Amino acid sequence: MRRRTIAAATAFGLLALTGCGAADMTRQSSPYADAHGTRTVTLSVQSWVGAQANTAVAGYLLKHELGYRVDTVQIDEVPAWDALSQGRVDAILEDWGHPEQEQRYVADKKTIAPGGELGVTGHIGWFVPKYFADANPDVTDWKNLDKYAGRLRTAESGGKGQLLDGSPSYVTHDKALVRNLDLDYQVVFSGSEAAQITQIKQFAKEKKPFLTYWYKPQWLFEQVPMTEVELPAYKEGCDADPEKVACAYPHTPLRKFLNARFADGGGSAAEFLKKFRWTTQAQNEVALLIADRKLSPEEAAERWVRKNESVWRAWLPD
Amino acid sequence: MSTTATPAAGAGAALTGVVARHRSALIGGAALVALLLGAVLLGGGSWPARLAVDLSGPLGDASDWIIDNRDSHPLFLYFFGHISNAVVLSVRAVYLVLLAAGWAGVTAAAGLVAWRLAGLRPALTAVAAFAVCGLLGMWVPTMQTLALMVVAVAASVLLGAVLGLAAGLFDRVHRALRPVLDTMQVLPAFAYLLPVVLVFGIGVPAAVLATVVYAAPPMARLTALGLRGADAGVMEAAASLGATGRQRLLTARLPLARKELLLGVNQSIMMALSMAVIASVIGAGGLGDRVYQALASVDVGAALAAGVPVVLLAVVLDRVTGAAGERIGAAPARGTGLGWAVAAAGTVAVALVGRFTGRLSWPDDWTVDIAGSVNRAVDWMTAHLYSGIPVIGGTADWAARFTHGVLDPVRDGLQWLPWWAVLLLVGVVAQLIGTWRTALTAVLAMTAIGVLGVWEPALDTLSQVLAAVAVTLLAGVATGVAAARSPRLERLLRPVLDVFQTMPQFVYLIPVVALFGVGRAPATAAAVVYALPAVVRITTQGMRAVDPVAMESSRSLGATGWQQLRQVQLPLARPALLLAVNQGVVLVLAVVIIGGLVGGGALGYEVVFGLAQGDLAAGLVAGAAIVCLGLMLDRVTQPAGKESRNA
Repeated sequence: MRRRTIAAATAFGLLALTGCGAADMTRQSSPYADAHGTRTVTLSVQSWVGAQANTAVAGYLLKHELGYRVDTVQIDEVPAWDALSQGRVDAILEDWGHPEQEQRYVADKKTIAPGGELGVTGHIGWFVPKYFADANPDVTDWKNLDKYAGRLRTAESGGKGQLLDGSPSYVTHDKALVRNLDLDYQVVFSGSEAAQITQIKQFAKEKKPFLTYWYKPQWLFEQVPMTEVELPAYKEGCDADPEKVACAYPHTPLRKFLNARFADGGGSAAEFLKKFRWTTQAQNEVALLIADRKLSPEEAAERWVRKNESVWRAWLPD
Repeated sequence: MSTTATPAAGAGAALTGVVARHRSALIGGAALVALLLGAVLLGGGSWPARLAVDLSGPLGDASDWIIDNRDSHPLFLYFFGHISNAVVLSVRAVYLVLLAAGWAGVTAAAGLVAWRLAGLRPALTAVAAFAVCGLLGMWVPTMQTLALMVVAVAASVLLGAVLGLAAGLFDRVHRALRPVLDTMQVLPAFAYLLPVVLVFGIGVPAAVLATVVYAAPPMARLTALGLRGADAGVMEAAASLGATGRQRLLTARLPLARKELLLGVNQSIMMALSMAVIASVIGAGGLGDRVYQALASVDVGAALAAGVPVVLLAVVLDRVTGAAGERIGAAPARGTGLGWAVAAAGTVAVALVGRFTGRLSWPDDWTVDIAGSVNRAVDWMTAHLYSGIPVIGGTADWAARFTHGVLDPVRDGLQWLPWWAVLLLVGVVAQLIGTWRTALTAVLAMTAIGVLGVWEPALDTLSQVLAAVAVTLLAGVATGVAAARSPRLERLLRPVLDVFQTMPQFVYLIPVVALFGVGRAPATAAAVVYALPAVVRITTQGMRAVDPVAMESSRSLGATGWQQLRQVQLPLARPALLLAVNQGVVLVLAVVIIGGLVGGGALGYEVVFGLAQGDLAAGLVAGAAIVCLGLMLDRVTQPAGKESRNA
């Protein structure tokens, strides 16, 4: 009897504690947000440095010009969409194109709102170091790649040439490409961009040839100049079926996305993030400061902001 | 075929020889018969496709269903949603309290609590540790991690204590829970991430829950152990004095189990802390996220600056709870209440001073930048050690040689073996070291891997584990033996081992890439670094514990140092060495999986891929396979006597 009373009391207590009602799964903000009565914006920062540059500059201006507190969380691309939909982050500043997620969250669930273009155009491709391309000009055509497979062999590529791929989170069709173009290459995933960059730098230091999946804009080009290998030209829809892709990657205008509720009620922060729009060159400048000069993102942003007031003035809400 | 299996059986037989000579002969005979039968009936080849089940379809559907129904289905609105909100609310509450206390208040509180619980030296360590966190410019992330930790540890301790209480009081619960808890403790932290992400999505709630699942089992185990170990005489006396069941529990059993309870809290804290960093992959924020972000820009220095506070938190919490556990045995000091009052008053006073002088957040100009100098050191290392060193070659050459000479043959060998021969091998080795029960579990776990359809990648992971374990054991046992013989060496090693055991595994992923390139070699190297301290420790302790009389008598018989070691110490320390193997295997697996982030490939990569692409189906299958692999490796290396020693 007594035990039952206790159980009932506990159940009641739990219900009372949780307010009896339904929990809103679309308002799952970060526990670290809005401490001390500050207004907080939580930005998703993806693992590559270009994305860090976006968030660093946007964060710096939000903090110093608009008086927000800014939290950043590192999340991979696809999960970031989900976090954005749940309100765990307020904005993604650089999206490389995820049609499936866009359909699901923007069109169907309406929990995410488009935030306009970032002003930077992204392009993925296969690259060889410039010193290698200069010595062997025909390597930049995919048809000649097999000729060099032997020279690109490594311990991990199992007797074939190595095509170095990066983080598993990035958009890639490389396995299908190698198969469909019938190349004598093995895709070796380095598992993270950090690992891939480290490996590329090591190769470059010894002037060894390599073939890698890489993308523009990217600060590493300033340190290790690379030349793109031409794949069969991209045509609209040729990458529709991931298994049958046999063409190059498209040039993608990078876009911003905001949590729908934040886009409507986010005040000057939302307005600012919608207006935020810069250039490939500016992004590279900040990214290089972070990754190469090892400045903290905050310091790098500060330097850029000091020099470019005319650019960012236009982003501030009226 | 028989040539591949018999040497393993032979080596195992030598190990077990003295104890059960005829038993191992029987096992060997049975294995030989099974080999012949298998070769005739089943033939060769990898795991047959018709025996595998493809789960990616149903799992993918489940994942889609959850995302589509999360905002509307009652299960989420009335259950998971509340759990998630409760976690967010509590983490937020703790975080706000920490921020309100300011850096001075938190540091003072840490020092005073440590002083009351553990004494003056731990108190000074605590104050210094928090000051360093601030100096490194990591104050806010440290508080975020601390807030998450406080909630996760509180929940783990509560959950663990309830489970442990049930297991301690009721035999049936104990029998049911024990294998589950034993298993949970050997699983790599990475495998826990996916299921919670599936339900809760990326973010703090998922991170806290994964941490709780990871950190609660030791508390439950130790609570049950303490309750069951209560002195029968005391219990009898309490009963004869007419105490009711509850009185006996509260006044006799629980107080008697104080030591185990505190040890449980200690272990929960350490597990939670190691998970807090790994959980940054699923959005835990705080220090782990800083490490993770720094790795993205290959900034070892910044990663270290965020990693050091984790190590410091771990050292402080470990020392304080450890010392508190030792003190609890002693008689309660007088004036305890007064001491606590002083501590509380001191904290409030410092916090108020901080508040009114407007110094709540750590002053920006009080920070030291270590990232630059660390990065210069790392650059120098990679520039000078990577390749082209005369005679010994550079680290890259070693990595290539290790990959070609060890990893490739082991992997190809395992994958070349017919699937049933692998099962047989697993069973025989487990049987030789343990019991038929451990052998059965191991074989079943391996079978499950085949059924899940990830046989090849699992064997790839297994080959990396085997190679890393071999290196770890060679280096670890040698160092352990040396440390056991030279107290000075042991004193020198202790702080190093402390640091390496608590360092978040992420931090040394990048230096190993810089030294060994991308691939399986760096993954194995990181695993060796991680598992080495535990193996060194256990070996040293085992060698130390060898009966001095036996040592003395062998010396009086004129044995040289080497003979003593080989013929007295090592055989007598055999249980400790087996335990070292067991621990080494478990720890190596945990890091080989994380090695998926640096090109380790195989199962670890599939989990990373699943998390990164939101393709939970692929990740969950790989996660389940990792669980099975962990189970198999633990059971295969579990000595028969382990149960009696642990219980």
